[in-house]
Amino acid sequence: MTSTPDLEAREISKSFDDFKAVKDISFTVPQGTFFSILGPSGCGKTTLLRMIAGFQKPTSGDLLIKGRSVLDVPPNKRQVSMVFQHLALFPMMNIGANVGFSLRQRGVNKSDIKQQVEHVLERVGLGGVADRSVSSLSGGQKQRVAIARCMVLEPDVLLLDEPLGALDLKLREHMKIELKQLQAEFNTTFVYITHDQSEALVMSDQIAVMNHGVFEQVGTPKELYYAPQTAFVAGFVGEANKFVATVESIAGNAVTLRTQGGRSLQGVAAGAGLAKGTKAHVFVRPEAVRLSRSAPQSAGNGGEGIVQNVLFNGANSQVMLLDQLSGAEINVALPQTGEYRDLVKGGAVHFWWETEQTRVYARD
Amino acid sequence: MKIILSTVAVLALGTAAQAETLRLLTWGGYAPDDVIAKFEAETGHTVEVTKSNNEEMIAKLRATNGGGFDLAQPSQDRIAGPQAEFGIYKPLDMAKIDTALFIPSMLSATEGNTTVDGAVYAVPHIWGTSGLVVNTAMAGSVKDYTDLCNADVAGKVSYRLKRPTLIGFAYAMGLDPFAAYGDEAAYKDIIDQVEAKLVECKAGVKTYWDGGDELKNLMRSGEVVASMAWDTGGWQLNDDNKDITFVAPASGALGWIDTFALPARGRADEAAYAWINFVMQPEIAAMITASAGNFTASQGGDADVDEALKAKYQASFPQAAIDNIKWYPSVPAGLEALEGAALDRINAAK
Amino acid sequence: MPVTDRSKLTFYLLLAPLLLWLVTLIILPHVGMFIVSLREKVGVREYETSFANYAVFFNEPLYWNTFARTAYMSIASTVLTLLIGFPISYYIAKLTRGRTKTTLFLMCLIPFWVSELVRTFGWMILLRETGVFSGVLQYVGLADAPVEMLYNDAAIMVGLVYTSMLFMVVPLVTTLDSLDDSLIEAGYDLGASGFAILREIVIPHAMPGIVSGCIVVFMLSLGNYLTPILLGGKDSLWFTGLIYSQFITRFNWELGSAFGFLLLGLSSLIVFVGLKLSRQSLGKTMAQT
Repeated sequence: MTSTPDLEAREISKSFDDFKAVKDISFTVPQGTFFSILGPSGCGKTTLLRMIAGFQKPTSGDLLIKGRSVLDVPPNKRQVSMVFQHLALFPMMNIGANVGFSLRQRGVNKSDIKQQVEHVLERVGLGGVADRSVSSLSGGQKQRVAIARCMVLEPDVLLLDEPLGALDLKLREHMKIELKQLQAEFNTTFVYITHDQSEALVMSDQIAVMNHGVFEQVGTPKELYYAPQTAFVAGFVGEANKFVATVESIAGNAVTLRTQGGRSLQGVAAGAGLAKGTKAHVFVRPEAVRLSRSAPQSAGNGGEGIVQNVLFNGANSQVMLLDQLSGAEINVALPQTGEYRDLVKGGAVHFWWETEQTRVYARD
Repeated sequence: MKIILSTVAVLALGTAAQAETLRLLTWGGYAPDDVIAKFEAETGHTVEVTKSNNEEMIAKLRATNGGGFDLAQPSQDRIAGPQAEFGIYKPLDMAKIDTALFIPSMLSATEGNTTVDGAVYAVPHIWGTSGLVVNTAMAGSVKDYTDLCNADVAGKVSYRLKRPTLIGFAYAMGLDPFAAYGDEAAYKDIIDQVEAKLVECKAGVKTYWDGGDELKNLMRSGEVVASMAWDTGGWQLNDDNKDITFVAPASGALGWIDTFALPARGRADEAAYAWINFVMQPEIAAMITASAGNFTASQGGDADVDEALKAKYQASFPQAAIDNIKWYPSVPAGLEALEGAALDRINAAK
Repeated sequence: MPVTDRSKLTFYLLLAPLLLWLVTLIILPHVGMFIVSLREKVGVREYETSFANYAVFFNEPLYWNTFARTAYMSIASTVLTLLIGFPISYYIAKLTRGRTKTTLFLMCLIPFWVSELVRTFGWMILLRETGVFSGVLQYVGLADAPVEMLYNDAAIMVGLVYTSMLFMVVPLVTTLDSLDDSLIEAGYDLGASGFAILREIVIPHAMPGIVSGCIVVFMLSLGNYLTPILLGGKDSLWFTGLIYSQFITRFNWELGSAFGFLLLGLSSLIVFVGLKLSRQSLGKTMAQT
């Protein structure tokens, strides 16, 4: 598979006055991929998306769609469509006119428009609503109309600007799955920007984690979750316990550290720049930490903790422990077996995690 | 001697009656501040002045059935008609007016014109004429109203779209509208002819002027070189530009007399009579002439008038021109509707 | 019970100024005027009740034509004001922010700090034969003699558009301000040209503002008195001028009142037809602006 990627950015940059919002980013998105750009607000992801859509011109670099540079192509001529944050459905038109808008601009004849509109509405599961007004739809239905409106043109790339942000939690969970299904159904390349890691993890084939105008890491959800390459990714994707520690010895991948509280930790070096005596960030995911009633005998990191708080949330319950030795706080995911349902505040319990789950990054 | 007597009379009136506020409805220049100050000092009455014109005076008084003002100054030809129609004035008590202060011929003419059902409604105050104001350097050919239609001044003439224009043109066309006042059919015939003439002339008219300042502006800038206007307008322009002056038209200037009349529901009659007797004193009349530019009906009132004004007056009015002045007779009720319709049609004509 | 009594009292107290205003300043004078308009003068101080005054309007082509001309000129000035005001409003609402926006908006307001009379005299100074424009044209050699730009229909139009501009710009800026920028971007994104976006998105959204602006400007132009009289000069013929002359110079209140009512009725009719043609309702327009 060496076909041309649907979307390719080459060292693309955007500056506003003396502020550089996007710094020399390069990436490719193969055809049919659900590509997410994940980052906190202000990281430059919206600027990047607007450059792809054509609303903003890059300061430098090149942007290719299906292998052809689109820098000089205005947004109304680009083969990309965008689903806006608040959807931007036209309130002055009914649903059919909204969906058929782009076809009308191309001068498609009326009966064809009607047919294609009905077809695409059926594909998003909204057949027969063409004559209704936009305001008669629920939030999720509007979402689907917005996608149908873009898809009717069969764009090469569909851009989505945090479209789930305005929905309530339950609907958002539901729409995540639906969006993924729609993407599979249309087999179109989606570029999705969000600050919600769960949205990105659930839907994406590829995720780019963006911070301060650069991509920290690009990879599959699993790679990002289990093998974050930078401290930022480790902290931003998924939950993690974070400690600051000093490197005591380093041998190949294996690192021995001591936290400020005095606990000795064994970990693996996940990033470059570690050396004896340097400060480092240590990340451990809550679900990597195991609990036991008695002191565990295996190698790794562990100790005894006092229960500070039990955060019961069904399958996602956690317990907050205070490390007796170092005084550090550690979040631990409660096993779903119900084994530790009797834990109460003030109780003592042993905790333990594997050396491989202890990821160490140089502190910058 | 006379002055002392009348001052004593005024003082006597002032002390006998209570101090009142005189609400005066008049023309610009007819009640200058120095005269008001003198009057207030001598009588104790206070004066509030509202400046207006003939039509507005009648409209204002009609709106209040003759209330809101204590003394009005309409022209003598516009009293009998509106009085018959709307009853906005009350008869004058001639015993309270010092008739010795007036020029007898003017007083009796005004009395005659403003008598309705045997009662007198007005006494004369200021008189003047309307005719032509001409920039003699640029429009020497304009000698009569109809000369305003001449080709050599086309686009540079102006007049008002009001009844004096109709009357003036009628005389210049050799007709006699005043003689036809009593005969509506004959009068309509005259107005129809004038209307045709004015429609024909319209193309050469710069604009129809509305207020005195507008006209002076047009004449001063040279945009207009000849216009129908009041004599004072011409004399004032003459101060700025010696070429511009008032010309009595060959067919005769139109003479008007502005009067004193009491609104039907005026409240300060004593003050009103006091004002009339006060301003008709010769030296006060001269002050008003200086301000308004026109001569008054005060006996001997022209004695103290500025020589320059007298000179301009004499230049504009040789004896023959004075004899030729057409004094407005009282307008019979109903004729104004006829004239109004004609003026509307002229205004609408292309 | 006391609660509802009190809220009722509040309701009537709040209603009172409105009623007072409506009844004493609007309804009563109109009723009075209507009664006057029904009096037919048959002789000196003799009147009969009839529709004769209204018949005069329809039987005398002069009056009828004057109204038609006034309405036609007012519609033209409304369209012109809209055509000039729309880009201005769009610029203010969409392409400027913060202080620039406030400044531009204020600049639209400044002419209204002086009276209409002064504004109109300003135009007279510019347009008259010995005025500024004529002088400039001669100076740059585009004219070899003084040019008279006053006293014609174009001068009236300039004055009317200038006088009405604010009343078009304010509602337009308000509605355009409420147009989400992403709708315009979405239009571009979906392949629309600038013109198509204007026609399909911006104008439909701004329709309530356009309609209310047009109604106000049309009514203001139709009811304007000073501008046509002063700038139009001998060709000023304007329906309000007819009403004025009936009331003031002809002492014919009866005909003047009838004209007043005809102006009210006919202008309402024109607005109604305009709303029907643009498929807008007054209620909708008022609710959105």
